[in-house]
Amino acid sequence: MTYLAKPKLHHPSLPTNKLGFTRRDYEGAISTLCAGCGHDSISAAIIQACFELDLPPHRVAKLSGIGCSSKTPTYFLGSSHGFNSVHGRMPSVLTGANLANRELIYMGVSGDGDSASIGLGQFAHSIRRGVNMVYIVENNGVYGLTKGQFSATADKGSKSKRGAANMDEPIDMVALALQLGATYVGRSFSGDKDQLVPLIKGAILHQGAAFIDVISPCVAFNNHAGSTKSYDYVREHNEAVNSLDFITGRTPITTQFAEGTVQDVTQHDGSVIRLRKLHPEYDTHNRIAAMNYLQERQAAGEVVTGLLFMDTDPEDLHAHLGSVEAPFNILDEDALCPGSAALEAFNASLR
Amino acid sequence: MKPITAVNDFVIKFANVNGSGSASANTLFAKAILRMGVPVSPRNIFPSNIQGLPTWYEVRVSGSGYLGRRGGVDLMVAMNPQTWDEDLKEIEAGGYLFHDSSKPLPKSKFREDINIIGMPLTEICNREYSDPRERQLFKNIIYVGALSALLDIDIKAVEKLIGEQYKGKERLLTPNLKALHMGKDFAQANLPKTGLKIAHANSVGDKVFMDGNSAAALGCVYGGATVAAWYPITPSSSLAEAFTRHCHKYRVDKATGKNKFAVIQAEDELASIGIVIGAAWNGARSFTCTSGPGISLMQEFIGLAYFAEIPSVIFDVQRGGPSTGMPTRTQQSDVLSCAYASHGDTKHVLLFPEDPKECFDFGALSFDLADRLQTPIFVLLDLDIGMNDRLCAPLSWDDTRRYDRGKVMHFEDFESGKPFGRYRDVDQDGIAYRTYPGTHPAKGSFFTRGTTKDRDARYSEAGPDYVENMQRLLRKFETAKGLVPAPVERRAKHNTRFGVIYYGSTAPAMSEALDQLDAQGLHVDAMRVRGFPFNDDVGEFIDAHDQIFIVEQNRDGQLRTLVVNECVADPAKLIPVLHYDGSPITARFIVREVVEKLRMFNVAPLRRVAQ
Repeated sequence: MTYLAKPKLHHPSLPTNKLGFTRRDYEGAISTLCAGCGHDSISAAIIQACFELDLPPHRVAKLSGIGCSSKTPTYFLGSSHGFNSVHGRMPSVLTGANLANRELIYMGVSGDGDSASIGLGQFAHSIRRGVNMVYIVENNGVYGLTKGQFSATADKGSKSKRGAANMDEPIDMVALALQLGATYVGRSFSGDKDQLVPLIKGAILHQGAAFIDVISPCVAFNNHAGSTKSYDYVREHNEAVNSLDFITGRTPITTQFAEGTVQDVTQHDGSVIRLRKLHPEYDTHNRIAAMNYLQERQAAGEVVTGLLFMDTDPEDLHAHLGSVEAPFNILDEDALCPGSAALEAFNASLR
Repeated sequence: MKPITAVNDFVIKFANVNGSGSASANTLFAKAILRMGVPVSPRNIFPSNIQGLPTWYEVRVSGSGYLGRRGGVDLMVAMNPQTWDEDLKEIEAGGYLFHDSSKPLPKSKFREDINIIGMPLTEICNREYSDPRERQLFKNIIYVGALSALLDIDIKAVEKLIGEQYKGKERLLTPNLKALHMGKDFAQANLPKTGLKIAHANSVGDKVFMDGNSAAALGCVYGGATVAAWYPITPSSSLAEAFTRHCHKYRVDKATGKNKFAVIQAEDELASIGIVIGAAWNGARSFTCTSGPGISLMQEFIGLAYFAEIPSVIFDVQRGGPSTGMPTRTQQSDVLSCAYASHGDTKHVLLFPEDPKECFDFGALSFDLADRLQTPIFVLLDLDIGMNDRLCAPLSWDDTRRYDRGKVMHFEDFESGKPFGRYRDVDQDGIAYRTYPGTHPAKGSFFTRGTTKDRDARYSEAGPDYVENMQRLLRKFETAKGLVPAPVERRAKHNTRFGVIYYGSTAPAMSEALDQLDAQGLHVDAMRVRGFPFNDDVGEFIDAHDQIFIVEQNRDGQLRTLVVNECVADPAKLIPVLHYDGSPITARFIVREVVEKLRMFNVAPLRRVAQ
């Protein structure tokens, strides 16, 4: 269960950061996701990024919606406050939290079901408002917790575990984020730690709406009809004992490849995605070029990864609102209440 | 036919076309009477439309200070041909019809039993003005001038108001004053006097004249709200807009010019309440305002706030439902959907202000309650109270008052070793301690979630953990009984076995109805409920009477249902008096219903009367 805490035994020789924390101080509870789930690799990358940035874990607020991805905040930054909100509505809760205290770091973790379907509106509006946050979508194209329905990012023509083909066009969240005005936009692959960790670090340091789409293979993809290891097959051939779900554990998929190159990555279900890592010379400051490049490579059957766009002088929601520097949640009566004299004058204006 | 004669006690109604600019002229008329020391209660009756459809402005003039809608019209200012027939029908026998006589109308278009006062308004305007917009706008001011002559309204009071309205804008001031006098002079020279008069009085005192939405919004400012998230919807939008206005006046840091508030016009109601919950989770006082359809959309989040125990304030300015219902008409029909909002077992705290003064008071109080109880608080206004200007006691504030931030663990508390468990009921009042995110490096962090949990906020699907949690929430609700505003009682002059329970904007009509019943020798004790959960006094009041009338503005007797559910009262004892056509309830209606039902007691079984 998700409340199972990890033993806190530290090896004395574990390296520490400037705050004297080891990497383990950034971990959370034991993951209950399927063995081999890409989401766990993303959690590991977040842990690594926060450790390397010397972040005080308690100054990070981690928020999520509902779904496999939204369970993951339990598995990193155990000393941070977390918030599992409702399905697809993490962005509004995060926005409110950010308004209340602009001094914390806000990490919104969501999935493709959470953000691209029920939460598409909230995703869009939090991005266009410029909420200062790291918005990570752990994108596997499927609803894992409800056993394998297509999500809105599933590729057209891809097949579900039951063999049904998806005939709807996929939503490209990176393209959306670019169009909506995100000031930091990246895409990565859960198994590409070398790329993902710095991408997350950059997003945390960015003072605006940072969005990262992380392709994250789902072990349950393998659970389709025809497989002798599928959930349905096992249930059909396992009459007496119980009706527990069964998902075969897999080794997490990892990859490593050079900037500017293309890599084919085979997922758990045998499907192949073609990742293109941006060239080091790529201009990350041109939003229009980024949108064009993304579409160009997509037409060629490739998925572009890396930091696609960054505004070096971003404005966040607080700047738009002209808010005071002090967090709202520490303002008291003296700062907020106009007092009885002002009220007397107000009364006089109403007679 | 005997013409109606009355001094400081009549109803005048203006029938206009939406978008014709009549609103400011009509308000000018009402305020001028107020400046003469005579209480008025105006009501906008408007369509769900921007332009072109009929709109009315009804002003009750009451030297006695009755502010409820009276019903019937003594003087109709009929400026809308589209509604001519129905406007004429509303005039009391012996009443007056003021109309534009530029085009002659056949005799069949009038009534024999009323007094006709025709003034060629269009003709005068066409002669005087060439610009079509000026013709329209000044026509309104001209009829205000004419009415001032017909009703003996002090023209200086009107002039002064125009002067205040156009202070520093000579270009507008002079022509408005000219139009006013044009109307007055014409009426004095050409029109017959009416039997309706305004005489200077001293019945207004230090009362203020404002609408409930603006007052509630100011209550939010005084109550320390820093985050407001809302989505436009009639009749609540003006609350959010007023909050923004008040904040720009009172909440801008003088040194830096920066804002000590944030107002977000969200993409929908779901996001509005989500933002409120996120801000409140992080320790800021936050609210949203909406009406019935918005409450429907917010249900899931409200359940989260209840179960995860996050302070949040929701102003519901009720309108006619269900569905889109009557968007610009008034009702009290969200009582149950707010009391038990969301799925599963929930109970929410409700506040029922009666006038702008209480909108302000309860607005500010709601944030203390939300923080103290760590739960959603609903302030239930309605269109009648929210959008109409009403006379009320001046707003007041005690400068020694401190915000009640509730049970919050701070850094020092953790350092001192004070134990913390997010959902532990250490004080046995059902309220656990919380802490704001980021408070302490090593202690106090927890997961906020809508799923079940144990006392230390750890995910748990164990039945006993769930039951313990739900029982604690009930204890908390019991604690709320002592924190919400107590009901207000009004005892009849003589001992009586009859009582009446009412709430919210029904109050002015009710107090007039009680006077009228008293004058008829029908003695009824009254209780105005101001909060839910019901204070124990409510149950005692019911026990102390044989029959209780519950007066409300919805079809199904929603407060009555709540009383039956929560006070374990015999439904047969609770007699509903229900008004739900979208117009504000009147004393006439209440008296008629109560008298009729009392008469039925003598001939029908009690349970049938109570249906």
